Amino acid sequence: MGHDHSHDHTDPPSDPALRVKALESLLVEKGLVDPAAIDEIIETYETKVGPRNGAKVVARAWTDPDFKSLLLLDANKAIHSMGYTGRQGEHMKVVENTAIRHNLVVCTLCSCYPWTVLGLPPVWYKSAPYRARAVSDPKGVLAEFGTTLPKDVKISVWDSTSEMRFLVLPLRPEGTDDWTATELEKLVTRNSMIGVEQALTPEKLQIIEANEKP
Amino acid sequence: MNGAHDLGGMHGLGPINPEPEQEELTFHAEWEKRALGLTLTAGWLGQWNIDISRFARERQHPVAYLSNSYYENWLAGLETLLVERGVISPEELAQGKAIDPTPDELTEKCAPASAVQGILSSGGPCDLETDIPQTFQIGDKIKVIQFNPIGHTRAPRYVRGHEGIISDYYGSFILPDENAQGNKIGQHLYNVSFDGNQLWGDDNDTTIHVDLWQSYMEPA
Repeated sequence: MGHDHSHDHTDPPSDPALRVKALESLLVEKGLVDPAAIDEIIETYETKVGPRNGAKVVARAWTDPDFKSLLLLDANKAIHSMGYTGRQGEHMKVVENTAIRHNLVVCTLCSCYPWTVLGLPPVWYKSAPYRARAVSDPKGVLAEFGTTLPKDVKISVWDSTSEMRFLVLPLRPEGTDDWTATELEKLVTRNSMIGVEQALTPEKLQIIEANEKP
Repeated sequence: MNGAHDLGGMHGLGPINPEPEQEELTFHAEWEKRALGLTLTAGWLGQWNIDISRFARERQHPVAYLSNSYYENWLAGLETLLVERGVISPEELAQGKAIDPTPDELTEKCAPASAVQGILSSGGPCDLETDIPQTFQIGDKIKVIQFNPIGHTRAPRYVRGHEGIISDYYGSFILPDENAQGNKIGQHLYNVSFDGNQLWGDDNDTTIHVDLWQSYMEPA
């Protein structure tokens, strides 16, 4: 089993930074990996593919009833039509939050996540405590994100055990009736599309934007 | 396998401590970026599939799996696969230097930077037809079989032996249990809903949805 044939698990682990560097230089030397291809992958997920894609999907669903129907019926068709295709978004299902139902997404077995619309998963989503408790104690998990739901709202948890990737369609915040899709996008956080939080209220957005100003 | 990766329901792992979304970076160290890139580009050599690669991470010692960060688990899995598939030798891994010549059929598969966008945006769909009839319909009551395979499976322990209801049918998809052994077989895939109180006890009023292949289930 690779690197840990001989040492027991009380040995200090070797520095991953050094191991990665050695492995990359070996694979490049052997003509198996192009370092520029790695740069391209990193740039893609740092700057191009991220939760703004998902926010555009959600904002459009909030403002375009036909698109919303398609999204809930055939998420692949709807999302792919916006150009968000590819790795870890080949098979998509969108689950809608309603006045009586809140959805939460997890992958208990690894860290499956809809890359095409949300980018790479955050550290907490991949962490053992989240993966362990999202299915058994979702209310406790939501509380750790500062999210409390009205009493009559029931929770559905979606464990990503196949190649189907789940995206939560959050509730459209109140007081946004006259907002355009472009304005609404700002309310759609990554966490609201995983289901650990609600979409931002206009008031919360104002506070965040005020804090971002220098 | 009943490994440390199968975390649903485990206690004692502490708080989640999420970083605030607005402050979180995509990567937390330079080496994480290279580990991601290496895992993807090495995967494109075509010497393994996603389930073989998941299984390589899962069968680490549980202490290692739970102590490692996410990208450390990726790195450990990648090292295992490269050696097991004979892409590199253990000596080369230990020394970080090429010793043996690389066969042309492998170097030919090395993806250049110009191919990356195409590969990422086309992805790898996992649906695959089957001749076996679909057994279950939406609304059917099922029971997850009780089994403890030593190989890779995507039936988490917390639903095995429990009853649920078929809530969606996705079509026929590659069966991970066989795919991890290099056999591509299509099988019907369903979404199944379980009552929280069935799985976790009386005070749990949530619904848990799990994707399950046909062979994981029997009629209830």
